[in-house]
Amino acid sequence: MRPPDQIKITTPHMGNLHLLLDDLFGRLGVEYIKPPKSSTKTLELGIKHGPEFACLPLKINLGNFIQALDKGANTIAMAGGHGPCRFGYYGIVEERILRDLGYEFDFMMLEPFSDGAWAFYRSFASLSAGLSIRRLWKILKVSFAKGRAFDQLRKRALMVRAYEANCGDTRRALKQAEKMLAAAVTAAEIEAAARESLGLIESVDQERERDVLKVGIVGEFYLLLEPFSNFDLEDILGNMGVYLERCVWVTDWIAPRRDNKIFGFPKRMIEEKAAPFLSHNVGGEGRETIGNTVLFAERGFDGVIQLLPFGCMPENIAASILPMLQQKHDIPVLTLTFDEQTGRAGMVTRLEAFVDLLWARRNGGAVSAIEGAKMQNREPETLCHECKAKAV
Amino acid sequence: MQGKGSLIAMEMNQMEKKPGYLGIDVGSVSTNLVILDEQARVLSAIYRRTQGQPIRAVQEGLRELTAEMAGRDVEIRGVGTTGSARHLTGVIVGADIVKNEITAHAVAASQVVPDVNTVLEVGGQDSKLIILRDGVVTDFAMNSVCAAGTGSFLDHQSTRLGIPIEEFGGYALKSDSPAHIAGRCSVFAESDMIHKQQVGARVEDIIYGLCHALARNYLNNLSKGKELLEPMVFQGGVAANAGMKRAFEAELGVNVVVPAYYHVMGAIGSAILALEQELGPGETNFKGFEVTDLNYDTSTFVCDGCSNTCEVVRIKVEGKTLARWGGRCGKWELQDSAGRKTKQRLALNV
Repeated sequence: MRPPDQIKITTPHMGNLHLLLDDLFGRLGVEYIKPPKSSTKTLELGIKHGPEFACLPLKINLGNFIQALDKGANTIAMAGGHGPCRFGYYGIVEERILRDLGYEFDFMMLEPFSDGAWAFYRSFASLSAGLSIRRLWKILKVSFAKGRAFDQLRKRALMVRAYEANCGDTRRALKQAEKMLAAAVTAAEIEAAARESLGLIESVDQERERDVLKVGIVGEFYLLLEPFSNFDLEDILGNMGVYLERCVWVTDWIAPRRDNKIFGFPKRMIEEKAAPFLSHNVGGEGRETIGNTVLFAERGFDGVIQLLPFGCMPENIAASILPMLQQKHDIPVLTLTFDEQTGRAGMVTRLEAFVDLLWARRNGGAVSAIEGAKMQNREPETLCHECKAKAV
Repeated sequence: MQGKGSLIAMEMNQMEKKPGYLGIDVGSVSTNLVILDEQARVLSAIYRRTQGQPIRAVQEGLRELTAEMAGRDVEIRGVGTTGSARHLTGVIVGADIVKNEITAHAVAASQVVPDVNTVLEVGGQDSKLIILRDGVVTDFAMNSVCAAGTGSFLDHQSTRLGIPIEEFGGYALKSDSPAHIAGRCSVFAESDMIHKQQVGARVEDIIYGLCHALARNYLNNLSKGKELLEPMVFQGGVAANAGMKRAFEAELGVNVVVPAYYHVMGAIGSAILALEQELGPGETNFKGFEVTDLNYDTSTFVCDGCSNTCEVVRIKVEGKTLARWGGRCGKWELQDSAGRKTKQRLALNV
């Protein structure tokens, strides 16, 4: 490894992870080179240099790394892990590919804390001269608190957007709130900023009396976290007036104890819910997908959407169990598979049809599919005053 | 006096005009247009190939419709578009409702067979399975990965066998023992088919075997755990193939209904949705059949507004920009009124 003062570190993009890392690396005194936002260009690079049979996340990761190295990064930090999913192996494959391409860099595989506290500490110690265990602990604690606050903001935004009176208000409020939170440094400041920024989102002009559909999003963690990989599915649904809850969050995912503070339901409970259908770990989030779907059904959600990358074994197992669950709990589930395609038309068609279906169900057998469809068609018009005003 | 007389005649003429509802379904393989009357009966139906040029296909389809409707005194009161080019078409013709093809097909099927429980739709580039109960769509699936379960595959094989696709059905009906052909993947199916040919299987059995393979692939891919109840409607371009109907009936052991207008059901569905809008005279957004004479031009450019580098589509009419869309943020949609209307209708949905 290079001496700490020469390190220019980079990591893959994954939702709002960069906001947390900005803070963490800032505290450690390491220069953080963020890869450019994931784009078609990123994907093209990943497809060109990645193995054809690998799933979408690896390809986007790889594209992120290439773009970051081209931007001047000289050290890559990548999460490791284990379990019967290919992800634990991705870091090693990606390192090989990048070296074959002729890039010079240091590679840091971050294994989970539970795999060995000492190795975990050593990884961080190599980034910051004279970093004591005590200080690392303090830094992680405060950075993590900020990360959780960032997650809370997004979580609230997914709920509020369904009710927003003016199309786009929530998106703008979220941007502003994240900026406000990013500026907070001390634990006390973070606490205050978390409250205040959440208030910004709550204060978006809302039509609470509006009838909205409630949809839960389950599936593979990367696709859930990274909007680029799922074609901004949350934005599309949110703008159709759908209230969303997602069961994977950055800080929930990296927290050593999977108590899922953001999602609100601990891993153990999810596993218990899954047990009647799937009683053991099948890797990735396969079991969680089942358990979370049951949870959403029990909580009276109108529907559930499962996202998975093409070729994902754990999610495919879950997908084959879902029809049974769907019948037993009487909840519609839409499974969407993502790969390197860039056309969103197919996904949008399925989402629209799914929303039509949910409205028709909500209105009971009394209302025909046609009327349900009409209703949804009317929906965005009441949604978008801003667009309406401009569309004279 | 004479002037006034003709004015009255004109008014009377207008009063006599019967309302019609135009539905346009622009898919990857075919472009279908229908005009329905107030009772949702088909007045005219056009089926033509898209051939990768959706705008031209729509314009020529409209021209054909104009010719067919000449002298029939029908006034278009509402327009619906569907299919993968529904937004593009919606902007060009001025649609009152733009709806996804799954809903459109379900709406049409439940109009034709009111108590329909299952809709099998096999099109050129995709296939759908729609489950309805009491007129409400309760579940649906659309093939997601591969062309082996669609019409394109049959099309391709018909070229290979040198038998026009229109005659496939007749051949299949003559078979009494279908050849077993792998249906999971079109590459496997093709190599299986060649093998059967080389060992001397009858062409009728191979073709019927292909129909079985396609039906099996469709069912494996889409029906996962769904209860397929009668009445069952089979629609989409592939329903023209009597061999496919026979294969579905054999695989499922049920009776399958192919409606009279099986090939334009998407268009019928979108016309019904337009009818359901209950627009009064003159309230439609329809730009008239004159759009067939205008010059449309589409191009794409990469937006450099941020690091997303989105590909944006621009549609020009007579050199003037009509609409732009395709970005992740939606800012291009807001620049033009047609695009704004699209956005207004479907929010950020691109």
